[in-house]
Amino acid sequence: MTEYILLLISTILVNNFVLVQFLGLCPFMGVSNKLESAMGMSLATTFVLTLSSSSSYLVYHFVLEPLGIEYLKTIAFIMMIAVVVQFTEMVVRKTSPLLYRVLGIFLPLITTNCAVLGVALLSLNRNSGFVEATIYGFGASVGFSLVLVLFAAMRERIAVADVPAPFKGSSIAMVTAGLMSLAFLGFSGLVQL
Amino acid sequence: MAFIRVSSPHLHRPLSTSKVMQTVILATLPGLAALTWLFGWGSIINVLIASVSGLLFEALILKMRGRNPLPALKDNSALLTCVLLGIALPPLAPWWLVVTGTFVAIVIAKQLYGGLGNNPFNPAMVAYALLLISFPVEMTQWVTPAALLDSSVSLTQSLSAVFGGAVNAPDAFTMATPLDGFKHKGALMADEYWVQNGFQPEKVWEAWATASIAFMLGGLYLLWKRIFTWHTPVAMLGTLFVLSLLFYGTDASNYASPMVHLLSGATMFGAFFIATDPVTAATSNKGKIWFGIGIGVLVYVIRTWGNYPDAVAFSVLLMNFAAPFIDYYTQPRSFGHNKARKGIKNEK
Repeated sequence: MTEYILLLISTILVNNFVLVQFLGLCPFMGVSNKLESAMGMSLATTFVLTLSSSSSYLVYHFVLEPLGIEYLKTIAFIMMIAVVVQFTEMVVRKTSPLLYRVLGIFLPLITTNCAVLGVALLSLNRNSGFVEATIYGFGASVGFSLVLVLFAAMRERIAVADVPAPFKGSSIAMVTAGLMSLAFLGFSGLVQL
Repeated sequence: MAFIRVSSPHLHRPLSTSKVMQTVILATLPGLAALTWLFGWGSIINVLIASVSGLLFEALILKMRGRNPLPALKDNSALLTCVLLGIALPPLAPWWLVVTGTFVAIVIAKQLYGGLGNNPFNPAMVAYALLLISFPVEMTQWVTPAALLDSSVSLTQSLSAVFGGAVNAPDAFTMATPLDGFKHKGALMADEYWVQNGFQPEKVWEAWATASIAFMLGGLYLLWKRIFTWHTPVAMLGTLFVLSLLFYGTDASNYASPMVHLLSGATMFGAFFIATDPVTAATSNKGKIWFGIGIGVLVYVIRTWGNYPDAVAFSVLLMNFAAPFIDYYTQPRSFGHNKARKGIKNEK
């Protein structure tokens, strides 16, 4: 149990996927203009990332390994993520129209989130079990969501600031993300995994 | 119930930004005096270098933007940032360290966001955190308290250390801070470590406690002057006290006592001078309490389990990062409405 909690702390704070490992920067920059859309995106990502992390474990250990085609893992994982995303979209659309309206356009966007593929490949390197892979994916997505939501709230404030013309828009967002990543370095050493 | 009759004028001059900043700078003086008394001239030299270079950077940026630099220079906000940074940096830090720090604080953390009132992160702490990560050796050499040295560091010695470059950094005058000692040796070993190095443990703690209390007095003066409300410092110090008491109570040999946490390192300085920055903190009183609690928890967690011995800079930055979000959820009830607007749903 302690191990799982440490794994969560490690993936959410110490090795945050966005601010420490610099994965998933495109949605981090692209969807953080408004808090509302950032929340939708983080919900959808949490769902998909957890699911794809556990299913990529299954695909690797029950399909690729028995067939001896581990070298195809990148392609297999991309396929699988696309399938998971499409599947999620269909299920959500049929079962909960309200949730579909909230997540809506964000679901297909997740396919292009490099953090999703990154989590699948990195959790493979850790040689962990099924439960750990799932928790790893869940922690990664919670870390992504946390940072995305806080960043969106901050960007709404920066949008009205008197930023010098050359730094308006994405540049100041990049500077802010850099400063945030500086702050996240404070967590280094909390958990050694 | 007495009715108090007050004669006119009922209007009085409100505090201007310049005046507020000036008061805060004045309130750092007891702490600065204590640092000078304990650690020699280093802190004053730091503050002077930081102030001169900081004001130059501020003027330069405003000139580049085609604005009149005078109003911004007169509001004392850049000066305050530089004073706080100068105090936070270790005494006898080489001059280029201080100048790099003020560049980061004034140009990147403040002016890139449009100057005073727009910066989302506390400029002094951004500079401190950046320097700590980039130059860990220079940033962790604190001067040995004068009470432990045979002869205190003279002014000329300090000047040659500051401007002589890092090559002849005076190892004889520097030692690890109490929190540093704690980090690497553990609670029981910390005292033995001082003794091995020929210092009396009580005197090491005393020196740091004196500086902390001096900063606390300055902070209480600001509280009395109503420059800031009690919420942030009380929430931060309270959280830190409760957490450290809890862990110290369960295992006194591994965890530092509440007194160590409250009276060494930058706790008091951070609680009263850094966390209370009106621009980068949460806005409402409820928000300030959450902001303070967050800093307290993070300081304790990073100090106890993290890599860095002191954590005030990182904790403040992390909570600065969270402050706009806290503001979303702690909006007070506005007059004429039954319920407070919370979060993002009530926008329609």
